[in-house]
Amino acid sequence: MKRPLAILGLALLAVFPWLPLGPARLYILHVAILILIWGIVGTAWSLMGRFGLVSLGHGAFLGVGAYTTTLLWNFWGISPWLTTPLAVGAAVLLALVLGYPCFRFRVVGHYFALVTLALGEVIRLLIIAERDWTGGSLGLTLKDAGAFNPWAIQFADKRIFYLIALGVWLVGLWVWWRVDRSMTRSALEAIGEDETAAASIGIPVTRFKLRITLLSAGLTAVGGVLYAQYLTYLNPGVLAGIGVSLQIVFAVVLGGMYTLLGPTVGTALTIALSEYLRVAFGVKLLGMADTIYGLVLILIIIFLPAGLYGGLKELVLRRAAPARVVRAPSG
Amino acid sequence: MLSVQNVSKTFGGFRALQGVSFEVREGEFVGLIGPNGSGKTTLFNCISGALGPSGGSIRFRGEEIAGLTPDAICHRGIARTFQIPRPFRKLSILENVALAAHFGHMTREPDAVARSRAKDVLRLVGLPADGEARPGLLGAAGLKKLELARALATGPKLLLADETLGGLDLEEIRQAADTLRRIRDEMGITIIWVEHIMATLMRVVDRVVVLDHGEKIAEGAPRAMAEDPKVIEAYLGEKIALG
Repeated sequence: MKRPLAILGLALLAVFPWLPLGPARLYILHVAILILIWGIVGTAWSLMGRFGLVSLGHGAFLGVGAYTTTLLWNFWGISPWLTTPLAVGAAVLLALVLGYPCFRFRVVGHYFALVTLALGEVIRLLIIAERDWTGGSLGLTLKDAGAFNPWAIQFADKRIFYLIALGVWLVGLWVWWRVDRSMTRSALEAIGEDETAAASIGIPVTRFKLRITLLSAGLTAVGGVLYAQYLTYLNPGVLAGIGVSLQIVFAVVLGGMYTLLGPTVGTALTIALSEYLRVAFGVKLLGMADTIYGLVLILIIIFLPAGLYGGLKELVLRRAAPARVVRAPSG
Repeated sequence: MLSVQNVSKTFGGFRALQGVSFEVREGEFVGLIGPNGSGKTTLFNCISGALGPSGGSIRFRGEEIAGLTPDAICHRGIARTFQIPRPFRKLSILENVALAAHFGHMTREPDAVARSRAKDVLRLVGLPADGEARPGLLGAAGLKKLELARALATGPKLLLADETLGGLDLEEIRQAADTLRRIRDEMGITIIWVEHIMATLMRVVDRVVVLDHGEKIAEGAPRAMAEDPKVIEAYLGEKIALG
């Protein structure tokens, strides 16, 4: 029963850009692409977040990914096809430098969150400080390579970008699903609950935490590359540092990090909400949009701790089968 | 099988263990007793790798294991239970045990094998083997059983059992002691058992090691220990009648 539904959904997503979307077609497509890109990043974050590895510095991996491919293209004209693995490698290396000492010496919980928070800021400040080649706080523009250039992954047609983002997003979901279905998930849940007990039954705690962190960082970097290729303008304020890092966390918490689609749904909601509020309030009542955004977030965190999507799903499942013990829902 | 030589452990200025030495032979059932704070659990932590000893050597089957990580020690065949049960509450009872069966061995077991082994172990300790329920549904006795099942699922050669009887009623105590004895007799697993319920412990074990203030003060057959004036003074308070 679920499979035909999923196939139908996928087919709809695939033909979405060719549907008659009305006069605001380009804008709708733009928002959809943003949702997919940030959905990838949110999914990547939740790989760690759901096991209690709360990172408040994922902006660092995003920024490293985006700046690596863009700089290599701008300076030496190397195709992002070739440099994306480098970008992922750089983010993974950064995650290793951050993660290994933290996990080896048991920096957990709030302390780990604080270390990651600092990492995000360090990368942001580094980008600003190295302004000669990164453009600093003025930002960096991807060198134009024409309206249709597959080698440079630059396309004026938004539909192509939509399909690319959709593909990468699906890969991200697949990674999440694979982790969810494996013994690794149980092991990481055990580690998240009680490291000492987990280690006592033979789970290599440090290695497991490190592995999921590297995976999350790598996938986030891919999101960063996509962002850079699509918007062709990078800014350290948007791609590294506290602001974007928290934005990722909020979206995932909103949607729910224990379900496959939760992070994407959360991302879609935060983007839709902020776009709607931006349009609705415009320049009137400055700050009102942010206030409402904040309030909605707080209410959801209090009343739906499993997130909007996760919470609703749990509700539906419970109604469908009242006697069933509620498992951590997946899918 | 296990050779503890001159092991000490200090926390800041506090000496939790001072020069403790003893040997455990393969297939033996050893009781480890002593008053609260005498270092029994600290010793378990050092052997299982949860804590690194400050000094001394711990050899297991001829290999130095002091300072190895807990997972590495588990893979070499030492499992431990915790005094206060530490189940993974987000996982089902079966998953708790299957996880131990999967990760506890040198080479990881496939999921299906781990699951079927977990079911066997659950039956052995007397928990329902369908196991989809969560540990939150278990009472004190059930949690102790789960703790034991998880340790056994790692396929240990040596089991460190920390107060497996605490909080149990008389019938449960009899059953639990019986389970431990069967684990040794039928599965051939060597056991070191920390326990405060002396009458039960003394009846089951082959030999007793007594700790006080982090030092070994006596070691010998249960009957001899029950009559040793040093042990009586430090811990027992009075002679216990052994049946």
